[in-house]
Amino acid sequence: MGRYVIRRLLQMVPVFLGTTFLIFAMVHVLGDPVAAMFGDRTPDPATAAAIRHDLGLDLPLWQQYLNYLGDIVQGDFGKAFNGQPVTELMGTAFPVTLKLTLVAIVFEAVIGVALGMISGLRPGGFADNGALAFTLLIISVPTFVTGYLLQYLLGVKWGVINVSVSSETGIGELLIPGLVVAGVSLAYVTRLTRTSVAENMRTDYLRTAVAKGLPRRRVVGVHLMRNSLIPVVTFVGADIGSLMAGAIITERIFNIHGVGFQLYNGVLRQNVQTVVGFVTVLVLVFLLANLLVDLLYAVLDPRIRYA
Amino acid sequence: MRGAKSAKWVAAAIVVATAATACGSSDDSSGSGGGGGGNVVRASWADPQNPLEPANTNEVQGGKVLDMIFEGLKVYNPKTGAAEDAMAESIDSKDQQNFTIKVKDGYKFSDGTAVTAKSYVDAWNYGALVTNKQNSSYFFSDIKGYDEVHPADETSKPSAKTMSGLKLVDDSTFTVALKTKASTWPERLGYKAFAPLPEMFFTDHAAYLAKPVGNGPYKVDSYTKGTGLKLSVNENYGGESKPANDGVELKVYTDNNTAYNDLQAGNIDLVDDIPAAQLGNAESDLQGRFINQPAGIIQTVSFPLYKGEWNKPGMEKVRQGLSMAIDREAITKQIFQGSRTPASDLTSPAIGVDGGFKEGLAGDTVKYDPAKAKALITEGGGIPGGKFTISSNADTGSHKDWIDAVCNSINKTMGDNVCTANMVGTFGDFRNQVVNEKIDGLFRTGWQMDYPLIENFITPLYTTNGSSNDAKYSNPKVDQLVAQANAEPDTKKAISLFQDAERQVIADMPIIPLWYQNGTAGYSDRVENVQLNPFSVPVFTDITVK
Amino acid sequence: MPDVLQKNPENTAAAPAAAAPEKARSLWGDAVATLLRSPVFLISGLLILLLLTVAFWPGLFTSMSPYDCDLAHSRQGSAPGHPFGFDVQGCDVYARTLYGAKASVEVGVFVTAGVFLLGGLLGMLAGFFGGWWDSLLSRITDIFFGIPIVLGGLVILSVIKANTVWPVIGFMIAFGWPPIARVARGSVITVKQQDFVQAAKALGAGNGRIMLRHIVPNAVAPVIVVSTIALGTYISLEATLSFLGVGLQPPTVSWGQDISTAAAQYRNAPHMLLWPAGALSLTVLSFIMLGEAVRGALDPKQR
Repeated sequence: MGRYVIRRLLQMVPVFLGTTFLIFAMVHVLGDPVAAMFGDRTPDPATAAAIRHDLGLDLPLWQQYLNYLGDIVQGDFGKAFNGQPVTELMGTAFPVTLKLTLVAIVFEAVIGVALGMISGLRPGGFADNGALAFTLLIISVPTFVTGYLLQYLLGVKWGVINVSVSSETGIGELLIPGLVVAGVSLAYVTRLTRTSVAENMRTDYLRTAVAKGLPRRRVVGVHLMRNSLIPVVTFVGADIGSLMAGAIITERIFNIHGVGFQLYNGVLRQNVQTVVGFVTVLVLVFLLANLLVDLLYAVLDPRIRYA
Repeated sequence: MRGAKSAKWVAAAIVVATAATACGSSDDSSGSGGGGGGNVVRASWADPQNPLEPANTNEVQGGKVLDMIFEGLKVYNPKTGAAEDAMAESIDSKDQQNFTIKVKDGYKFSDGTAVTAKSYVDAWNYGALVTNKQNSSYFFSDIKGYDEVHPADETSKPSAKTMSGLKLVDDSTFTVALKTKASTWPERLGYKAFAPLPEMFFTDHAAYLAKPVGNGPYKVDSYTKGTGLKLSVNENYGGESKPANDGVELKVYTDNNTAYNDLQAGNIDLVDDIPAAQLGNAESDLQGRFINQPAGIIQTVSFPLYKGEWNKPGMEKVRQGLSMAIDREAITKQIFQGSRTPASDLTSPAIGVDGGFKEGLAGDTVKYDPAKAKALITEGGGIPGGKFTISSNADTGSHKDWIDAVCNSINKTMGDNVCTANMVGTFGDFRNQVVNEKIDGLFRTGWQMDYPLIENFITPLYTTNGSSNDAKYSNPKVDQLVAQANAEPDTKKAISLFQDAERQVIADMPIIPLWYQNGTAGYSDRVENVQLNPFSVPVFTDITVK
Repeated sequence: MPDVLQKNPENTAAAPAAAAPEKARSLWGDAVATLLRSPVFLISGLLILLLLTVAFWPGLFTSMSPYDCDLAHSRQGSAPGHPFGFDVQGCDVYARTLYGAKASVEVGVFVTAGVFLLGGLLGMLAGFFGGWWDSLLSRITDIFFGIPIVLGGLVILSVIKANTVWPVIGFMIAFGWPPIARVARGSVITVKQQDFVQAAKALGAGNGRIMLRHIVPNAVAPVIVVSTIALGTYISLEATLSFLGVGLQPPTVSWGQDISTAAAQYRNAPHMLLWPAGALSLTVLSFIMLGEAVRGALDPKQR
């Protein structure tokens, strides 16, 4: 197990390099960020050249990338165009998004698994069809529509929630944005759980458990749950990374100044430093989450052994 | 064993749940808002792209703050737009080229240091020097010695640190020598690039960036980049626009739709950019607390004159024809809900008739006339390649709606799908394509005035190599008229010369004038006396809080 | 979805023994027989058939053009001859909803097919062979997983203009396959450990035969479920990209573009949002139901 973990940690190095280079190159392809700094006015060539030199944009791509890597190894993620160090941006953005992700994961796990269990235990029943209709509605309406409508109805019309999230970002304020972020994943979890439960219902060990007269609560709660949740855990674990980054639309609508907000601004302003810095950290979070999921696999499913 | 394990899970879930509720309840008491004194105006804002240095800020959001924390030699009257002396005691010139500027005595920056003639000379030299990378450097390019501190060539180094045209006479006097005559030059001095800078700007630049120090009616209390900025009354301010409130809290929004919703919910007091889609209901939502008035902005579509096929002799007829194929009345009414007015010259009603605005100057070339439009286009040789696109960035403003409408109008006129929108993802990418002449078709251009003078609507846009001449238009006749106008000491005559230049531009039609943009704003019932200045920026100092 | 499976190269390339094809046919044949008895399959099949008809022959249902717009009708509700009302540009919403089906269906179906094949194949290889293969493939999956898809779209589609559906489809496949690969891998790992696979191995069956005969039918169910749900999200994602301004471009008509324009107008003209969004929901519903039916038919344990 220990060797497995070390091997996986070592494997993160190439993934890290691959992802950072990919995103670095992608943002680079977007082009020269300097023109945007001058607004609707044609940049003055001398000033633009000085800014480019200052940002190291006059170097070839590979050299820029190596310089960048060298800097981040020393903990220097560079500066956003407004002069703020990217590490400072991260310090404010990540805690906010972490809270939002936590809220979303709780929704996803609790509501998603509950709905999935209910529909999986009685496939084709009323509850199953109800859950299908519910997940369908969530998937079929794009996030920005759900976000705007909930914001208008709950925030403006009925005044139940705050329209935008304050800079203190309390968990209470994040409930609705969290639900919006969780939306599609919640539907996935419901469907996955349903499939998994329906399949495990027909397995021998479950029949045995029922046959030996175990109370239904214990059959469902221990035997069925534990085995049905394996694919769900994979999904939720892998989802942490994408949830943290995927909130670009939701963070924009609810004015949450988290990771999605910074990424969106970074891309719009073609700020390599911000975008690559944030994605770098996201990749790390995502890789660690994946490792944890794989280890959980072994805990949940005794048949799987890592060496 | 299994029981123990699941117990752990349950315990973990409880911890998470309690943490959630604990955070939730602690939050309720703090709520939103905050800020210093009681009567603070809470307004929407967007994160300025560049640091808040006067010569490095060229967009409205940064400008909004600079307006509050700096006061220059001149200020523009919020109602009329006229340039009036503020920090200047007098600005004199005998030849429209050499100016003597006397600064009023006894004024202070918010850190207590005095505002002197040196504060201006140092600030302007800083703004002009190429190594300081200030993006509004060109505002100083009329001053003698600019080319030495800011060589046009991108590889050569500056041969001087200060401009020879700026001379300090004494504590309250300095002189400015311009390269050529410019009669309206003093009136540009209300632009914030010409603001004075305190000593600490040069000695402790990092501290300045974290918390800018100026000489305006407000001072910065705290600035959290990406989140907001809090301003309170500057006790050291000695000027005329003393704030009628206790301060201003600017809150960053990424989406103006959210800001508008927050206004309706009463979480902020002022939104100065109402989303186009909400304009239809803004009047009723806000029960009259809604402003919709002309601002110094004109929207245009430019032709790529750097492409031979759009610049051939005779093409001016095609260009004029396309202009006449656009139903401006219908578009401004239906798409913009009356927050735009069809353009009939190249300036803006915000500068007033005395400032050079002339309704109807463009004549029939901006009137919707499908039959004539089609005839002109055919006469001029038809649309190059049979079809074209209109490009714009997609990330800011709702440009797609009006571009689709313009294309539909042109397509209807031509009876064929000749025009489509081409949306570019980011503003930066779009501007790069424009600047590097990568766009083959037409593209969106717009001009927001720096100062309310007709000169600002003509020189940068239509003179050869003008700083914002994106169409790459060039006509010696226009250049000559502009030079003549700049040298003309009599304002009336100068304006009439500029208008002659304007007529020539209209005849050549390097751009299609579309409409004048209004400033829109909505405010809560908590505040009163809200108005927008000609730059569509709220006049914060006048706002009172109930 | 069945034709997607038949396109799977595993079907033809990896069957080694001469006897295998007949048996394989009977497995898939059984599945088809089950499907034809399933009301869920029949209903969803009919809906999809209708959808495809609308997508490829919208002219059968309307004589109006989606490009025939009159600003004077901007945002107006339904009128005689225009049952769904007008959009911002004064175009007929009914015509645009019909014509928009094509792009949305193409995006949904082709992206799902591409992602299913690419992600499914890579995930299966990783899960089946394990070890070095697993490490390499899983790390490549991680690289693409690490980049948020909306962010990727914002960047990639800013550079490559989506004047047709193909850049959007290509981008979504390139960045959309990792979740499918993960699910496929997890599913294959679970199946691989089961007795019947071990038995087949002990009997000396080749890798190709094991994968095709034993792994695919038993491991494909979760992949199909995730894929069919994903189909809806791809159509939705196209709308989100349109909302960010980098999705499909005119003159292509798509639900995504119309929904993103309508979302801003939800207060003044809700009908603009209702119809394209409703059409989108119906499409997603049809494909999920189809996916359910296929899953049931392919699951040997259920028969």
